[in-house]
Amino acid sequence: MTSPLTDVASRPAPRRTLLNPTVLRIELRRLVRNRRILIFTFVFPAVMLVFIGSQITGQDDVIGPQAVANVGAYVMASMAVYGAVMATTSAGASVSIERAAGWSRQLRLTPARPLSHVLVKMLVAVVLGVCATVVTFVVGAVTGTAHVTAMAPWWQMGVVIVLGSLVFAAFGLFMGYLLPSENAMQFLGPLLAILAIFGGLFSGPLPTDSLYGQIAQYTPIYGLSQLAHWPLTLTTTGAHDPFRMAWVLNLVVWGLVFVAGAVWRFRRDTDRV
Amino acid sequence: MVLGMNAITLRSVTKHFGQVRAVDGIDLIIGQGEVVAVLGPNGAGKTTTIDMVLGLSTPTDGDVTVFDLHPREAVDRGLVSAVLQSGGLLKDMTVRESVEYTAALFPSARPVDEALAAAGITAIADRRIKDCSGGEQQRTRFAMALVPDPELIILDEPTTGMDVAARRAFWQAIHADAEQGRTVVFATHYLEEAETWADRVVVVRAGKVVADGTPAELGAMTAGRVVRATLPDADPEQLRTLPGVVEAEVRGTTVTLVSTDSDALARHLLTQTAARDLEVAGRSLEDTFVALTGGDAGTADDPTTTETTEGLPR
Repeated sequence: MTSPLTDVASRPAPRRTLLNPTVLRIELRRLVRNRRILIFTFVFPAVMLVFIGSQITGQDDVIGPQAVANVGAYVMASMAVYGAVMATTSAGASVSIERAAGWSRQLRLTPARPLSHVLVKMLVAVVLGVCATVVTFVVGAVTGTAHVTAMAPWWQMGVVIVLGSLVFAAFGLFMGYLLPSENAMQFLGPLLAILAIFGGLFSGPLPTDSLYGQIAQYTPIYGLSQLAHWPLTLTTTGAHDPFRMAWVLNLVVWGLVFVAGAVWRFRRDTDRV
Repeated sequence: MVLGMNAITLRSVTKHFGQVRAVDGIDLIIGQGEVVAVLGPNGAGKTTTIDMVLGLSTPTDGDVTVFDLHPREAVDRGLVSAVLQSGGLLKDMTVRESVEYTAALFPSARPVDEALAAAGITAIADRRIKDCSGGEQQRTRFAMALVPDPELIILDEPTTGMDVAARRAFWQAIHADAEQGRTVVFATHYLEEAETWADRVVVVRAGKVVADGTPAELGAMTAGRVVRATLPDADPEQLRTLPGVVEAEVRGTTVTLVSTDSDALARHLLTQTAARDLEVAGRSLEDTFVALTGGDAGTADDPTTTETTEGLPR
């Protein structure tokens, strides 16, 4: 060790890189190790897609006036939304485990800023969401469950699903900072399943003449689900809802609620006691 | 080694949690290169004080500086690091990943392999944290603390829950490291650790410093010396009348006396009585500790003293 006085003076001020490649690599590796996340984001949507695809009658019926896609493709989009939502929520909610384990506190003994940790979590969520979407699409295309007559709907659905599911990364972070427990996902998994049903991911949109259907329109997955399916249906009338700004509004409002919640809990968490 | 700059300066520091005065006015200066034990019963304010030195919490009143810097600044520059009592590790990471992660966050980190070697965990580098023993996890924390090559390392009850062999191995690694001139401050309630490993002992009780000195000085703070001898058929009442005796205990043929005039007592025992095998010893740190803190001391192998503070935020 060199002379302490010069050492203290020569200590460089910390760099403030927002994104650290080593940290990102380790975080991604941790996700790959997490069996529960892998099953719910990759295996479950793919299996459900093949299963529902083989059970559904009229799987090959084309949907919408433009006849862009079949029912199998509609189911595929639903499963991709479900997988991406699970993926991003899990990635966000992993902060609860880190808080329970004292890892967040440990990070405060480094120059890293809590905000950059949140950014890493968001980026990991996007990567995982993209993977979930791509896996579901590949399974849909390869097994022949989904038929789409044009290329455009593929990337349109993909973009909507990945960007839209970022709302659920914020949801995951909000819950992760709210629930200081190792088991946040055990609570969030069933909650997301219920929201997925309300969002019409397991059935198609709920009929709007029922009370459930009315309520469902205000739940968080509904807007994303409708937007994600629209490139396939392109309807203006008929069985599938024509495009409505209310879908965008649903996604944006819930997004703002979750971001505000996450910021609120995050601030409280990082306040110096 | 001490070049005039203090590693830690606490000036009239208080920390209140509601009505509870966890730290109630501490003044303390720790110079560079010192190895200091902070000793105190559970709830004495050790962890609260450490949190303030690390910038994890701010004092209610008073000043805390680390190398004349705000604690947060000292942490950012890698001047101070810590091995906290528990937590701070993720079960699904490997030992190496935990150290790598930490190293990635510091601008000029020590090589990961060097930190692993210094903590003696190269062999288990690829093991998951969840598969590590308590001692191995603690050494992982130590390796993480070594990564910024800090001038000051703080250990909060680092060996709680370790077995004797793990504790010895851990302290040997710390000791080898401290010999290079690093300032080491550790909180403990194991007196034996303070006595063996510290140059200086600070005793804290109820949020205040009640004693501060070398282990020998603290031992000498309690009046009298211990005189032990073999003396058959001794009568405790009669022993108390001997020169300077303030305490007397008879166990079988062994008598243990505490005397303020041990020379006179020894002379008397050897010339006037049948006493033999006579020993004279200074009083131990433990005696002082018990006197200062009201007997809350734990011994090294007594796991019952490791419970958390009662009602105090840590």
